[in-house]
Amino acid sequence: MNKESNLYTVIYAGVLVIVVAAALAFTNQALKETQKKNEDIDKKIQILRCLNVTANTKEVEAKYDELIKESFLVNKDGSKAEGDAFKEDIAKAYANGTALPVFVAKVDGATKYVFAMRGTGLWGPIWGYLSLNDDKNTVFGTDFSNAGETPGLGAEISTSKFSSQFAGKQIFKNGEFKSIAIVKPGKTAEGQDYVDGISGGTITSQGANRMIYDSLNNYVEFIKQNN
Amino acid sequence: MNLFSAKNKEILLAPISKKNPVIVQMLGICSALAVTAKLEPSIVMAVSVVVVIAFANVIISLIRKTIPNRIRIIVQLVVAAVLVTLVSEVLKAYAYDMSKQLSVFIGLILTNCILMGRMEAFGLNNGPWEAFLDGVGHGAGYGLILIIVGFFRELLGSGTLLGIKVIPQIFYNWGYVNNGLMILPPMALITIAVIIWVHRARNKDLQEK
Repeated sequence: MNKESNLYTVIYAGVLVIVVAAALAFTNQALKETQKKNEDIDKKIQILRCLNVTANTKEVEAKYDELIKESFLVNKDGSKAEGDAFKEDIAKAYANGTALPVFVAKVDGATKYVFAMRGTGLWGPIWGYLSLNDDKNTVFGTDFSNAGETPGLGAEISTSKFSSQFAGKQIFKNGEFKSIAIVKPGKTAEGQDYVDGISGGTITSQGANRMIYDSLNNYVEFIKQNN
Repeated sequence: MNLFSAKNKEILLAPISKKNPVIVQMLGICSALAVTAKLEPSIVMAVSVVVVIAFANVIISLIRKTIPNRIRIIVQLVVAAVLVTLVSEVLKAYAYDMSKQLSVFIGLILTNCILMGRMEAFGLNNGPWEAFLDGVGHGAGYGLILIIVGFFRELLGSGTLLGIKVIPQIFYNWGYVNNGLMILPPMALITIAVIIWVHRARNKDLQEK
């Protein structure tokens, strides 16, 4: 058989691709469940981090069950929706403005409300969680994650140095939703609370700024009606 | 057939010192700079690279007589890409934190010059057992340097090893300070340079005239 003929080359490439695709699909299916479990654990760690609670992989399940008392879904108009808040796909929820997850936690006897956020950074999605005190105005804690921001620059939003700035800031001023601005270090924002952005991570900071506004804006009706 | 004949031993062991891919052949420097700020990711990266190079080499060697010459680079790339994806999937399932830390770099094993170089230069022309030894040897040679660099960078940069504090508190009380520069990539380059210096000083035959 002529190894260099066009027919052989084309068939060879075709068979190779099919074998490879089958192998990858099989592994993906076989490992999916374990990977999903890891992602869920990671999500719980993030939610706990926004409540200023650190947990490692082993203790996270117990701590999560202990602190998170209730979770439900709300629509943009403030009405409740059916479904499991933890499993809900946040990206899809924001696209439709429906079924947005809310987690209610009790930390040291005080009620905290956790809201999910999602937006875009420079290279890809960024997301996070923000918790409010029971006045539903003052921020208790935040946590930010990113898929592929530049390490050392935009990816710094995932550090506690950045996220800890939010504690104590208020998202409403005189009963009006203002969000919290992320400004260039040294600058100020008029009429709303603000924190310092990341030097050298301008686009990511702007993305996080937009993310906080857009995400919390979806919850405004829900927050108002319960006050 | 002798599995560990003198020739096979040479194939396995030469890349660890005299033909080391990083400090003699100057390959794979990029990833060596990126992942070595801590010892633990260095070790995981080293193991991943050993696995990927060894199996990629074996697979290429097994199918070497069927590969059409014109698309051989594409075939090598596909084989390497599959293995890298598999490693990444397995890490995601069993070492999630590690996979989050290494995510980009695991993907970059694919572009690691050592990997393609060994498949093209060795896997295509030799039997599977020799190819396996060659892959393990080169992976180990690369991994060894990674681990040495990771060891010094974590020790001097953070005062820890594998996350455990090893420099006693009393040193800090006396005024010792962790060298933050060690965590930055440039110091990995300098650490590798020092390793090369020591290595050449001990192996006179490697010195250029």
